[in-house]
Amino acid sequence: MSGNGTSCHPERSEGPLKPQERSLAALGMTRRRTVLSGALAITVVPLSTASATPDAMAAVVKEVTGGAAVREARVKLDIPPLVENGNAVPLTVSVESPMTEADHVKAIHVFNEKNPQPHVFDARLRPLNGKAEIATRIKLNDSQRVLAIAELSTGEFVSGSADVIVTLAACVEDPS
Amino acid sequence: MSNVLINAPKTAKSGELIELKALIMHPMETGFRPGTNGRIIPRNIIQRFVATWNGEEIFSMAFSPAIAANPFVSFFVVARQSGTVELHWTGDEGFDVKEQVAIAVG
Amino acid sequence: MTSRAAIALLIAAFAASYALAQGSDDKRRSGYQDMGEALQKMQDDDSANPGMLFVQLGRQLWDKKAGSADKACADCHAIAVMKGVAARYPAIPQGADTPIDLEGRINLCRTEQQRGAPFPPEDQELLALEAWVAYQSRGEPIAPPDDPRLAPFRAQGEALFRLRRGQLDLSCAICHDDNAGKKLAGATIPQGHPNGYPVYRLEWQTLGSLKRRLRNCLFGIRAETPAWSAPDYVALELYLMQRARGLPIEVPAVRP
Repeated sequence: MSGNGTSCHPERSEGPLKPQERSLAALGMTRRRTVLSGALAITVVPLSTASATPDAMAAVVKEVTGGAAVREARVKLDIPPLVENGNAVPLTVSVESPMTEADHVKAIHVFNEKNPQPHVFDARLRPLNGKAEIATRIKLNDSQRVLAIAELSTGEFVSGSADVIVTLAACVEDPS
Repeated sequence: MSNVLINAPKTAKSGELIELKALIMHPMETGFRPGTNGRIIPRNIIQRFVATWNGEEIFSMAFSPAIAANPFVSFFVVARQSGTVELHWTGDEGFDVKEQVAIAVG
Repeated sequence: MTSRAAIALLIAAFAASYALAQGSDDKRRSGYQDMGEALQKMQDDDSANPGMLFVQLGRQLWDKKAGSADKACADCHAIAVMKGVAARYPAIPQGADTPIDLEGRINLCRTEQQRGAPFPPEDQELLALEAWVAYQSRGEPIAPPDDPRLAPFRAQGEALFRLRRGQLDLSCAICHDDNAGKKLAGATIPQGHPNGYPVYRLEWQTLGSLKRRLRNCLFGIRAETPAWSAPDYVALELYLMQRARGLPIEVPAVRP
């Protein structure tokens, strides 16, 4: 899911093909097709699959907040700005909160813009958590904004976000 | 068969803030990836993670397919009384794994 | 089925040991040093390193009886004796004349001692057992044996390392010697050292062998991949281990 079909291109591509390689290349139509289809099999997302978009994310955010205003405050995302592989991106979400009965974080919701689905996770917290901080690892399909919304016991919603660049693997794997 | 790694202190002072970390072996297959035959591999994810302390829920989390394979979760809790922390993961294909750790609070 | 007590969770902190080594004339870098801080932390923290799940599974399998001989690895070997073993493989087993890798060694015990079926390539139990054995050498410097019988195989490995092949007409050396440290798309080309295998590769979302990684590279340059059982892989590993002599074993390493 993170490959883009790019092969290992050297910046220097030297010299003409050696004779045996030219013959291989001539023979190679079938083989090349196999190689290509192999590469595509792990990279192409079928068109029928719906994809999260900023609009789709806004829609699910509305489901969570019931349309209440979301204030950009108190929520911090700790996520590497440059991700070496989108299959497992370490993410820590922390919310400034005294975590008392009167004022605590009830839930933390994390969303993304470009995965097949906008939801990442929903966590439920309570005062006895003492500290509103959770860590996990998430999948990111592409470079995008990750959004975290915290639901406070006061009924308020606060948010934070982070822009993440996901680099694609340079070399893809034969899936067979 | 389950394979879980939990990191929790064996002892804590009453009122101390402690961190619990858990790893579990699971493919977290998204349901969006085609297999080698071109067909979509069916979704197989953990959907829910619940932590209890002496039976009382202390933390829970609903996973989506966007949680990485072999899920890792860490969270905090204030140690109040000695007892058992139980972590419970449930998901697709009847996945149901519980694991306990004892924490002495004094 | 957890066994937390048996595996002491610790911070391995390879960053610190590599920082100490800096400033010497040795320009070799572990792939660890080419990773961002987030992935280094993932590897260093045993309670977050997903490879530790496989180490734990391997520990359980080590004690489990298997095969028609109904013997466990532990019935013959104390695990402590495995310290340093991964740092000196591949090696030539007693009574044989060709080298085998650690997976080959495990399968040899499997068939000859346990009298069971050998594990197929990339079998999770095989990788887990290998990880448990190699974990005993974590931090140990790679120390290929002096056995002169290995020399021709190692030379063959070096020749394979320098052989240009595939539709892109590349050799291992062009990327991992000549262009290491440069970027290939967004990724830094590592020097290609074998000190973390079996490695938890995020691209795979699981643990995998050096053989799997070598096959990835061959596929990447559009070359034929030799059969899993081909001697090429062991020869290449012999050369790579020689090339990485002195670098610490990092199992279970995390790589992007």
